[in-house]
Amino acid sequence: MSIPENLQYTKEHEWLSVEDGVATVGITAFAAESLGDIVFVQLPDAGSTITAGEVFGEVESTKSVSELYAPVSGEVVEVNGTTSDTPEVINSDPYTEGWLLKVRLSGDVPELLDAAAYAAHTQEN
Amino acid sequence: MSRETSLHGVHQGLGALFTDFAGWSMPVRYASELAEHKAVREAAGLFDLSHMAEIHVTGKQAADVLDFALVGNLTGVKPGRARYTMICDAEGGVLDDLVVYRLADEHYLVVANAGNAKVVADALAERVAGFDAVVDDRSETTALIAVQGPNAAAILGAVTDADLAALKYYASVPAVVKGHDVLLARTGYTGEDGFELFVDAGEAPAIWRILTEAGEGHGLVPAGLACRDTLRLEAGMPLYGNELTLEQSPFEAGLGRVVKFEKPGDFVGRSALEERAEQDVPRVRVGLRGTGRRAPRHGYKLLADGVEIGEVTSGALSPTLGYPIAMAYVDRAYTEPGTELSVDIRGRIEPVEVVALPFYSRA
Repeated sequence: MSIPENLQYTKEHEWLSVEDGVATVGITAFAAESLGDIVFVQLPDAGSTITAGEVFGEVESTKSVSELYAPVSGEVVEVNGTTSDTPEVINSDPYTEGWLLKVRLSGDVPELLDAAAYAAHTQEN
Repeated sequence: MSRETSLHGVHQGLGALFTDFAGWSMPVRYASELAEHKAVREAAGLFDLSHMAEIHVTGKQAADVLDFALVGNLTGVKPGRARYTMICDAEGGVLDDLVVYRLADEHYLVVANAGNAKVVADALAERVAGFDAVVDDRSETTALIAVQGPNAAAILGAVTDADLAALKYYASVPAVVKGHDVLLARTGYTGEDGFELFVDAGEAPAIWRILTEAGEGHGLVPAGLACRDTLRLEAGMPLYGNELTLEQSPFEAGLGRVVKFEKPGDFVGRSALEERAEQDVPRVRVGLRGTGRRAPRHGYKLLADGVEIGEVTSGALSPTLGYPIAMAYVDRAYTEPGTELSVDIRGRIEPVEVVALPFYSRA
Protein backbone atom coordinates (compact mmCIF):
# COMPACT_ATOMS: atom_id res chain seq x y z
CA MET A 1 0.00 0.00 0.00
CA SER A 2 1.58 3.25 -1.08
CA ILE A 3 2.08 6.04 1.47
CA PRO A 4 3.84 8.96 -0.23
CA GLU A 5 6.61 10.52 1.89
CA ASN A 6 5.76 14.08 0.91
CA LEU A 7 2.23 14.15 2.34
CA GLN A 8 0.74 14.54 5.81
CA TYR A 9 -1.96 12.26 7.15
CA THR A 10 -4.83 12.16 9.62
CA LYS A 11 -5.83 9.23 11.76
CA GLU A 12 -9.13 9.30 9.82
CA HIS A 13 -7.20 8.39 6.65
CA GLU A 14 -7.17 11.72 4.84
CA TRP A 15 -4.01 13.05 3.26
CA LEU A 16 -2.92 16.67 2.97
CA SER A 17 -0.34 18.69 1.09
CA VAL A 18 0.09 22.41 1.64
CA GLU A 19 1.45 24.93 -0.83
CA ASP A 20 1.21 28.73 -0.53
CA GLY A 21 -1.49 28.52 2.13
CA VAL A 22 -3.69 26.16 0.10
CA ALA A 23 -4.15 22.58 1.25
CA THR A 24 -5.02 19.79 -1.15
CA VAL A 25 -7.04 17.08 0.59
CA GLY A 26 -7.77 13.49 -0.37
CA ILE A 27 -8.24 10.07 1.16
CA THR A 28 -5.44 7.54 1.39
CA ALA A 29 -4.94 4.39 -0.63
CA PHE A 30 -5.48 2.48 2.62
CA ALA A 31 -8.90 4.10 3.04
CA ALA A 32 -9.86 3.53 -0.59
CA GLU A 33 -8.80 -0.10 -0.42
CA SER A 34 -10.70 -0.64 2.81
CA LEU A 35 -13.89 0.85 1.38
CA GLY A 36 -13.80 -1.14 -1.84
CA ASP A 37 -14.99 0.32 -5.13
CA ILE A 38 -16.09 3.90 -4.52
CA VAL A 39 -19.33 4.69 -6.34
CA PHE A 40 -20.34 8.10 -4.97
CA VAL A 41 -18.70 11.10 -3.35
CA GLN A 42 -20.47 14.03 -1.71
CA LEU A 43 -18.28 17.13 -1.39
CA PRO A 44 -18.97 20.74 -0.34
CA ASP A 45 -19.24 23.45 -3.01
CA ALA A 46 -16.42 25.83 -3.79
CA GLY A 47 -16.82 28.93 -1.64
CA SER A 48 -18.05 27.08 1.43
CA THR A 49 -15.94 26.67 4.52
CA ILE A 50 -14.89 23.53 6.33
CA THR A 51 -13.78 23.19 9.93
CA ALA A 52 -11.01 20.96 11.20
CA GLY A 53 -12.37 17.83 12.83
CA GLU A 54 -15.85 18.22 11.40
CA VAL A 55 -17.55 16.20 8.69
CA PHE A 56 -17.31 17.83 5.27
CA GLY A 57 -18.60 15.07 3.01
CA GLU A 58 -18.99 11.35 2.51
CA VAL A 59 -17.85 8.54 0.27
CA GLU A 60 -19.97 5.55 -0.60
CA SER A 61 -18.68 2.23 -1.79
CA THR A 62 -20.75 -0.72 -2.86
CA LYS A 63 -21.06 -1.91 0.71
CA SER A 64 -20.50 1.04 2.99
CA VAL A 65 -20.69 4.74 3.65
CA SER A 66 -17.91 6.73 5.31
CA GLU A 67 -17.86 10.31 6.45
CA LEU A 68 -14.99 12.57 5.51
CA TYR A 69 -13.45 14.62 8.31
CA ALA A 70 -11.79 17.95 7.60
CA PRO A 71 -8.08 17.85 8.51
CA VAL A 72 -7.90 21.68 8.39
CA SER A 73 -10.15 24.73 8.52
CA GLY A 74 -10.61 27.10 5.63
CA GLU A 75 -12.47 28.05 2.49
CA VAL A 76 -12.96 25.52 -0.28
CA VAL A 77 -11.41 27.08 -3.36
CA GLU A 78 -11.68 24.13 -5.72
CA VAL A 79 -13.49 20.80 -5.86
CA ASN A 80 -12.26 17.92 -7.99
CA GLY A 81 -15.20 17.45 -10.35
CA THR A 82 -13.64 14.30 -11.75
CA THR A 83 -14.60 12.50 -8.55
CA SER A 84 -18.33 13.09 -9.09
CA ASP A 85 -18.27 11.77 -12.66
CA THR A 86 -15.77 8.97 -12.12
CA PRO A 87 -15.50 8.28 -8.38
CA GLU A 88 -13.41 5.19 -9.17
CA VAL A 89 -10.46 7.54 -9.73
CA ILE A 90 -10.19 7.66 -5.92
CA ASN A 91 -9.44 3.93 -5.93
CA SER A 92 -7.09 4.00 -8.89
CA ASP A 93 -5.17 7.17 -8.11
CA PRO A 94 -5.96 8.49 -4.61
CA TYR A 95 -2.93 10.79 -4.28
CA THR A 96 -2.96 12.62 -7.61
CA GLU A 97 -5.97 12.42 -9.95
CA GLY A 98 -8.24 11.40 -7.08
CA TRP A 99 -7.74 14.43 -4.83
CA LEU A 100 -10.96 15.87 -3.36
CA LEU A 101 -10.65 19.51 -2.31
CA LYS A 102 -8.32 22.49 -2.31
CA VAL A 103 -8.79 24.58 0.84
CA ARG A 104 -7.38 28.05 1.59
CA LEU A 105 -6.22 27.69 5.17
CA SER A 106 -7.82 30.00 7.72
CA GLY A 107 -5.38 29.08 10.47
CA ASP A 108 -2.46 26.85 11.27
CA VAL A 109 -2.34 23.26 10.12
CA PRO A 110 -3.04 21.00 13.09
CA GLU A 111 -0.39 18.48 13.98
CA LEU A 112 -0.73 15.57 11.56
CA LEU A 113 1.05 12.28 10.95
CA ASP A 114 4.02 11.88 8.67
CA ALA A 115 4.23 8.89 6.31
CA ALA A 116 6.04 6.69 8.83
CA ALA A 117 3.59 7.48 11.62
CA TYR A 118 0.65 6.91 9.30
CA ALA A 119 2.10 3.58 8.17
CA ALA A 120 2.34 2.56 11.82
CA HIS A 121 -1.24 3.76 12.38
CA THR A 122 -2.57 1.61 9.53
CA GLN A 123 -0.71 -1.41 10.91
CA GLU A 124 -2.59 -1.00 14.17
CA ASN A 125 -5.95 -0.95 12.38
CA MET B 1 -10.23 -16.65 15.59
CA SER B 2 -12.12 -17.12 12.37
CA ARG B 3 -12.38 -20.49 10.68
CA GLU B 4 -10.72 -20.88 7.33
CA THR B 5 -11.98 -22.85 4.35
CA SER B 6 -9.75 -25.39 2.62
CA LEU B 7 -9.28 -22.76 -0.13
CA HIS B 8 -7.86 -20.11 2.20
CA GLY B 9 -4.32 -20.49 0.90
CA VAL B 10 -5.56 -20.25 -2.68
CA HIS B 11 -7.34 -17.00 -1.86
CA GLN B 12 -4.24 -15.61 -0.16
CA GLY B 13 -2.24 -16.42 -3.27
CA LEU B 14 -4.80 -14.50 -5.32
CA GLY B 15 -4.40 -11.44 -3.10
CA ALA B 16 -7.90 -11.64 -1.64
CA LEU B 17 -9.08 -9.19 0.97
CA PHE B 18 -10.75 -11.17 3.73
CA THR B 19 -13.70 -10.42 5.95
CA ASP B 20 -15.18 -12.21 8.89
CA PHE B 21 -18.50 -13.69 7.87
CA ALA B 22 -20.47 -15.84 10.31
CA GLY B 23 -17.23 -16.81 12.06
CA TRP B 24 -15.41 -17.62 8.83
CA SER B 25 -12.56 -15.75 7.22
CA MET B 26 -13.91 -15.36 3.69
CA PRO B 27 -12.68 -13.49 0.61
CA VAL B 28 -14.73 -10.30 0.32
CA ARG B 29 -13.06 -9.39 -2.97
CA TYR B 30 -9.86 -10.07 -4.88
CA ALA B 31 -9.36 -6.72 -6.60
CA SER B 32 -12.51 -4.84 -7.55
CA GLU B 33 -15.95 -6.06 -6.50
CA LEU B 34 -17.52 -4.13 -9.38
CA ALA B 35 -15.28 -5.90 -11.89
CA GLU B 36 -16.16 -9.24 -10.28
CA HIS B 37 -19.86 -8.40 -10.44
CA LYS B 38 -19.58 -7.47 -14.11
CA ALA B 39 -17.65 -10.65 -14.87
CA VAL B 40 -20.44 -12.78 -13.40
CA ARG B 41 -23.07 -10.94 -15.45
CA GLU B 42 -21.08 -11.02 -18.70
CA ALA B 43 -18.68 -13.98 -18.44
CA ALA B 44 -18.20 -16.01 -15.26
CA GLY B 45 -17.11 -15.86 -11.63
CA LEU B 46 -15.63 -18.50 -9.33
CA PHE B 47 -16.83 -18.48 -5.72
CA ASP B 48 -15.75 -20.28 -2.56
CA LEU B 49 -18.90 -21.04 -0.56
CA SER B 50 -17.37 -23.64 1.72
CA HIS B 51 -18.68 -21.80 4.76
CA MET B 52 -22.18 -23.02 3.97
CA ALA B 53 -23.50 -26.08 5.80
CA GLU B 54 -24.13 -29.46 4.18
CA ILE B 55 -26.37 -31.71 6.20
CA HIS B 56 -27.26 -35.11 4.82
CA VAL B 57 -30.52 -36.83 5.73
CA THR B 58 -30.74 -40.51 4.84
CA GLY B 59 -32.95 -43.48 5.58
CA LYS B 60 -36.35 -44.96 4.87
CA GLN B 61 -38.14 -41.94 6.30
CA ALA B 62 -35.75 -39.26 5.03
CA ALA B 63 -38.56 -37.67 3.01
CA ASP B 64 -41.02 -37.91 5.91
CA VAL B 65 -38.71 -36.30 8.44
CA LEU B 66 -37.99 -33.40 6.08
CA ASP B 67 -41.71 -32.94 5.41
CA PHE B 68 -42.11 -32.68 9.19
CA ALA B 69 -39.03 -30.52 9.80
CA LEU B 70 -39.36 -28.06 6.90
CA VAL B 71 -42.25 -26.05 5.48
CA GLY B 72 -41.89 -27.46 1.95
CA ASN B 73 -43.09 -30.64 0.32
CA LEU B 74 -39.88 -32.63 0.11
CA THR B 75 -41.61 -35.91 -0.65
CA GLY B 76 -42.64 -34.30 -3.91
CA VAL B 77 -39.07 -33.59 -5.01
CA LYS B 78 -37.88 -36.11 -7.57
CA PRO B 79 -34.44 -37.67 -7.09
CA GLY B 80 -31.94 -35.49 -8.91
CA ARG B 81 -33.92 -32.32 -8.35
CA ALA B 82 -33.61 -29.56 -5.75
CA ARG B 83 -35.97 -27.16 -4.03
CA TYR B 84 -35.79 -23.81 -2.26
CA THR B 85 -37.47 -24.07 1.13
CA MET B 86 -37.36 -22.88 4.72
CA ILE B 87 -37.10 -24.24 8.22
CA CYS B 88 -39.32 -22.50 10.77
CA ASP B 89 -39.73 -22.64 14.52
CA ALA B 90 -43.00 -23.58 16.22
CA GLU B 91 -44.19 -19.94 16.03
CA GLY B 92 -43.63 -19.82 12.28
CA GLY B 93 -40.49 -17.66 12.49
CA VAL B 94 -37.87 -18.42 9.85
CA LEU B 95 -34.83 -20.24 11.27
CA ASP B 96 -33.18 -20.33 7.85
CA ASP B 97 -33.82 -20.55 4.15
CA LEU B 98 -32.44 -23.67 2.52
CA VAL B 99 -31.80 -25.42 -0.74
CA VAL B 100 -32.58 -29.12 -0.40
CA TYR B 101 -31.28 -31.57 -3.00
CA ARG B 102 -32.85 -35.00 -3.30
CA LEU B 103 -29.89 -37.14 -4.27
CA ALA B 104 -31.75 -40.49 -4.17
CA ASP B 105 -35.05 -41.86 -2.90
CA GLU B 106 -33.73 -42.05 0.64
CA HIS B 107 -31.00 -39.42 0.55
CA TYR B 108 -31.34 -35.66 0.80
CA LEU B 109 -28.73 -32.91 1.11
CA VAL B 110 -29.81 -29.83 3.06
CA VAL B 111 -27.70 -26.74 2.40
CA ALA B 112 -27.96 -24.08 5.10
CA ASN B 113 -26.49 -20.61 5.49
CA ALA B 114 -23.19 -20.40 7.38
CA GLY B 115 -24.66 -18.16 10.05
CA ASN B 116 -27.43 -20.65 10.77
CA ALA B 117 -25.44 -23.86 10.34
CA LYS B 118 -25.67 -24.89 13.97
CA VAL B 119 -29.29 -23.84 14.39
CA VAL B 120 -30.33 -25.92 11.38
CA ALA B 121 -28.18 -28.93 12.27
CA ASP B 122 -29.50 -28.88 15.85
CA ALA B 123 -33.12 -28.48 14.72
CA LEU B 124 -32.84 -31.36 12.27
CA ALA B 125 -31.10 -33.55 14.84
CA GLU B 126 -33.95 -32.87 17.25
CA ARG B 127 -36.77 -33.26 14.72
CA VAL B 128 -35.49 -36.60 13.42
CA ALA B 129 -36.47 -38.24 16.72
CA GLY B 130 -39.03 -40.98 16.08
CA PHE B 131 -38.29 -41.20 12.37
CA ASP B 132 -36.37 -43.98 10.65
CA ALA B 133 -33.73 -41.61 9.31
CA VAL B 134 -30.26 -40.30 10.12
CA VAL B 135 -29.06 -36.70 10.13
CA ASP B 136 -25.37 -36.34 9.33
CA ASP B 137 -23.77 -32.90 9.28
CA ARG B 138 -20.88 -33.15 6.81
CA SER B 139 -20.11 -29.43 6.68
CA GLU B 140 -16.61 -29.93 8.07
CA THR B 141 -15.50 -32.22 5.27
CA THR B 142 -17.42 -30.64 2.40
CA ALA B 143 -16.29 -27.68 0.33
CA LEU B 144 -18.58 -25.79 -2.04
CA ILE B 145 -17.36 -24.06 -5.18
CA ALA B 146 -19.67 -22.12 -7.51
CA VAL B 147 -19.14 -21.17 -11.14
CA GLN B 148 -21.71 -18.55 -12.10
CA GLY B 149 -22.31 -16.62 -15.28
CA PRO B 150 -23.24 -17.02 -18.94
CA ASN B 151 -19.96 -18.83 -19.67
CA ALA B 152 -20.28 -21.25 -16.74
CA ALA B 153 -21.52 -24.15 -18.87
CA ALA B 154 -18.73 -23.73 -21.42
CA ILE B 155 -16.12 -23.67 -18.65
CA LEU B 156 -17.45 -26.65 -16.79
CA GLY B 157 -18.18 -28.56 -19.98
CA ALA B 158 -14.48 -28.57 -20.76
CA VAL B 159 -13.53 -30.43 -17.58
CA THR B 160 -16.40 -32.84 -16.95
CA ASP B 161 -18.12 -35.50 -19.00
CA ALA B 162 -21.44 -34.81 -17.26
CA ASP B 163 -24.21 -33.98 -19.73
CA LEU B 164 -24.69 -30.32 -18.84
CA ALA B 165 -27.30 -29.75 -21.53
CA ALA B 166 -29.49 -32.34 -19.79
CA LEU B 167 -28.92 -30.85 -16.33
CA LYS B 168 -31.89 -28.63 -15.56
CA TYR B 169 -32.03 -25.58 -13.31
CA TYR B 170 -32.40 -26.79 -9.71
CA ALA B 171 -31.10 -30.27 -10.52
CA SER B 172 -27.95 -32.12 -9.50
CA VAL B 173 -25.93 -35.08 -10.70
CA PRO B 174 -22.85 -36.93 -9.44
CA ALA B 175 -20.03 -36.08 -11.84
CA VAL B 176 -16.30 -36.32 -12.31
CA VAL B 177 -14.20 -33.20 -12.85
CA LYS B 178 -10.82 -34.30 -14.23
CA GLY B 179 -10.66 -37.30 -11.94
CA HIS B 180 -12.32 -35.69 -8.93
CA ASP B 181 -15.74 -36.86 -7.77
CA VAL B 182 -18.16 -33.98 -7.25
CA LEU B 183 -21.84 -33.43 -6.81
CA LEU B 184 -22.66 -31.03 -9.61
CA ALA B 185 -25.74 -28.85 -9.19
CA ARG B 186 -27.26 -26.26 -11.49
CA THR B 187 -28.09 -23.80 -8.73
CA GLY B 188 -26.81 -20.48 -7.53
CA TYR B 189 -27.46 -17.16 -5.90
CA THR B 190 -26.49 -14.65 -8.56
CA GLY B 191 -29.39 -14.58 -11.02
CA GLU B 192 -27.20 -16.16 -13.70
CA ASP B 193 -26.91 -19.63 -15.13
CA GLY B 194 -24.34 -21.46 -13.09
CA PHE B 195 -23.25 -24.48 -11.16
CA GLU B 196 -22.38 -25.38 -7.61
CA LEU B 197 -19.89 -28.15 -6.95
CA PHE B 198 -19.96 -30.00 -3.64
CA VAL B 199 -16.53 -31.55 -3.20
CA ASP B 200 -14.34 -33.13 -0.55
CA ALA B 201 -12.68 -30.27 1.31
CA GLY B 202 -9.23 -31.71 0.70
CA GLU B 203 -9.75 -31.74 -3.05
CA ALA B 204 -11.13 -28.22 -3.29
CA PRO B 205 -7.81 -26.50 -4.12
CA ALA B 206 -7.18 -28.92 -7.00
CA ILE B 207 -10.70 -28.47 -8.35
CA TRP B 208 -10.42 -24.69 -8.00
CA ARG B 209 -7.23 -24.81 -10.11
CA ILE B 210 -8.88 -27.01 -12.73
CA LEU B 211 -11.78 -24.60 -13.03
CA THR B 212 -9.46 -21.59 -13.12
CA GLU B 213 -7.53 -23.11 -15.99
CA ALA B 214 -10.72 -24.09 -17.81
CA GLY B 215 -11.93 -20.51 -17.39
CA GLU B 216 -8.98 -18.98 -19.20
CA GLY B 217 -10.30 -17.44 -22.39
CA HIS B 218 -13.83 -17.44 -20.95
CA GLY B 219 -13.40 -14.40 -18.72
CA LEU B 220 -13.62 -16.38 -15.46
CA VAL B 221 -12.45 -14.44 -12.41
CA PRO B 222 -12.42 -15.32 -8.71
CA ALA B 223 -15.33 -13.53 -7.08
CA GLY B 224 -15.86 -12.62 -3.44
CA LEU B 225 -18.72 -12.07 -1.04
CA ALA B 226 -19.07 -8.37 -1.84
CA CYS B 227 -20.15 -8.99 -5.42
CA ARG B 228 -22.19 -12.01 -4.35
CA ASP B 229 -24.30 -9.63 -2.28
CA THR B 230 -24.90 -7.10 -5.08
CA LEU B 231 -25.63 -9.93 -7.53
CA ARG B 232 -28.24 -11.53 -5.27
CA LEU B 233 -29.76 -8.13 -4.54
CA GLU B 234 -30.21 -7.40 -8.26
CA ALA B 235 -31.80 -10.84 -8.59
CA GLY B 236 -34.23 -9.97 -5.77
CA MET B 237 -33.12 -12.89 -3.63
CA PRO B 238 -33.56 -12.63 0.13
CA LEU B 239 -30.61 -12.71 2.51
CA TYR B 240 -31.05 -14.26 5.93
CA GLY B 241 -30.54 -11.57 8.56
CA ASN B 242 -31.73 -8.85 6.18
CA GLU B 243 -34.94 -9.91 4.43
CA LEU B 244 -35.46 -13.02 6.53
CA THR B 245 -35.36 -13.20 10.31
CA LEU B 246 -36.71 -15.30 13.14
CA GLU B 247 -39.25 -12.53 13.84
CA GLN B 248 -40.90 -13.02 10.46
CA SER B 249 -42.72 -15.86 8.82
CA PRO B 250 -42.30 -16.67 5.12
CA PHE B 251 -45.52 -14.70 4.46
CA GLU B 252 -44.09 -11.34 5.53
CA ALA B 253 -41.11 -12.01 3.28
CA GLY B 254 -43.42 -12.41 0.30
CA LEU B 255 -42.33 -16.04 0.15
CA GLY B 256 -45.47 -17.69 1.50
CA ARG B 257 -45.54 -19.92 -1.56
CA VAL B 258 -42.78 -22.05 0.00
CA VAL B 259 -45.19 -23.11 2.78
CA LYS B 260 -47.01 -26.23 1.60
CA PHE B 261 -50.12 -26.58 3.78
CA GLU B 262 -51.49 -29.16 1.36
CA LYS B 263 -48.87 -31.73 2.31
CA PRO B 264 -50.23 -34.45 4.62
CA GLY B 265 -49.31 -34.59 8.25
CA ASP B 266 -48.09 -32.07 10.73
CA PHE B 267 -44.96 -30.02 10.35
CA VAL B 268 -43.13 -27.74 12.73
CA GLY B 269 -44.81 -24.35 12.64
CA ARG B 270 -47.94 -25.51 10.79
CA SER B 271 -50.61 -24.16 13.13
CA ALA B 272 -48.81 -20.86 13.68
CA LEU B 273 -48.26 -20.46 9.96
CA GLU B 274 -51.90 -21.27 9.18
CA GLU B 275 -52.89 -18.44 11.51
CA ARG B 276 -50.38 -16.08 9.95
CA ALA B 277 -51.51 -17.01 6.44
CA GLU B 278 -55.09 -16.03 7.24
CA GLN B 279 -54.17 -12.63 8.61
CA ASP B 280 -53.03 -9.85 6.35
CA VAL B 281 -49.41 -9.36 7.30
CA PRO B 282 -48.81 -5.72 8.31
CA ARG B 283 -45.71 -5.19 6.22
CA VAL B 284 -44.62 -6.77 2.97
CA ARG B 285 -41.29 -7.05 1.19
CA VAL B 286 -40.99 -4.83 -1.87
CA GLY B 287 -38.38 -3.63 -4.32
CA LEU B 288 -37.39 0.02 -4.51
CA ARG B 289 -35.71 2.03 -7.22
CA GLY B 290 -33.96 5.29 -6.42
CA THR B 291 -32.70 8.21 -8.43
CA GLY B 292 -29.25 9.72 -8.20
CA ARG B 293 -26.43 7.61 -6.84
CA ARG B 294 -27.08 7.41 -3.11
CA ALA B 295 -28.30 3.98 -2.16
CA PRO B 296 -30.89 3.31 0.54
CA ARG B 297 -29.23 0.85 2.90
CA HIS B 298 -30.13 -1.64 5.62
CA GLY B 299 -32.02 0.07 8.43
CA TYR B 300 -32.91 3.30 6.64
CA LYS B 301 -36.49 4.51 7.21
CA LEU B 302 -39.10 4.82 4.48
CA LEU B 303 -41.61 7.64 4.60
CA ALA B 304 -44.94 8.52 2.98
CA ASP B 305 -46.15 12.08 3.57
CA GLY B 306 -43.53 12.38 6.28
CA VAL B 307 -44.78 9.35 8.22
CA GLU B 308 -42.60 6.27 8.65
CA ILE B 309 -44.14 3.34 6.77
CA GLY B 310 -41.25 0.94 6.37
CA GLU B 311 -37.59 0.10 6.57
CA VAL B 312 -34.91 -0.87 4.08
CA THR B 313 -33.41 -4.35 4.48
CA SER B 314 -30.75 -4.32 1.72
CA GLY B 315 -29.65 -1.73 -0.78
CA ALA B 316 -26.86 -0.74 -3.12
CA LEU B 317 -26.12 1.23 -6.22
CA SER B 318 -26.84 -1.51 -8.76
CA PRO B 319 -23.64 -2.17 -10.71
CA THR B 320 -25.61 -3.59 -13.65
CA LEU B 321 -28.47 -1.09 -13.76
CA GLY B 322 -26.62 2.05 -12.69
CA TYR B 323 -29.25 3.30 -10.25
CA PRO B 324 -29.86 2.57 -6.56
CA ILE B 325 -31.96 -0.49 -5.75
CA ALA B 326 -33.16 -1.79 -2.42
CA MET B 327 -35.45 -4.27 -0.78
CA ALA B 328 -37.61 -3.10 2.09
CA TYR B 329 -40.55 -3.94 4.28
CA VAL B 330 -43.38 -1.43 3.88
CA ASP B 331 -46.95 -1.15 5.15
CA ARG B 332 -49.42 -3.00 2.92
CA ALA B 333 -50.97 0.20 1.58
CA TYR B 334 -47.70 1.15 -0.12
CA THR B 335 -46.71 -2.02 -1.94
CA GLU B 336 -48.16 -1.34 -5.40
CA PRO B 337 -45.44 -0.91 -8.06
CA GLY B 338 -45.28 2.74 -9.05
CA THR B 339 -45.96 4.00 -5.52
CA GLU B 340 -43.77 7.01 -4.75
CA LEU B 341 -42.09 6.95 -1.35
CA SER B 342 -39.24 8.76 0.35
CA VAL B 343 -36.23 7.33 2.09
CA ASP B 344 -34.20 9.00 4.80
CA ILE B 345 -30.60 8.66 3.62
CA ARG B 346 -28.61 9.86 6.60
CA GLY B 347 -30.81 12.91 7.06
CA ARG B 348 -31.47 13.62 3.39
CA ILE B 349 -34.91 12.76 2.09
CA GLU B 350 -34.64 11.15 -1.34
CA PRO B 351 -37.43 9.85 -3.59
CA VAL B 352 -37.82 6.13 -4.31
CA GLU B 353 -40.38 4.21 -6.30
CA VAL B 354 -41.82 0.79 -5.50
CA VAL B 355 -40.94 -1.63 -8.30
CA ALA B 356 -41.54 -5.31 -8.96
CA LEU B 357 -38.86 -7.86 -8.02
CA PRO B 358 -36.45 -8.96 -9.34
CA PHE B 359 -34.60 -5.85 -10.47
CA TYR B 360 -32.59 -7.88 -12.95
CA SER B 361 -33.37 -11.06 -14.88
CA ARG B 362 -31.02 -12.66 -17.31
CA ALA B 363 -32.18 -12.55 -20.91
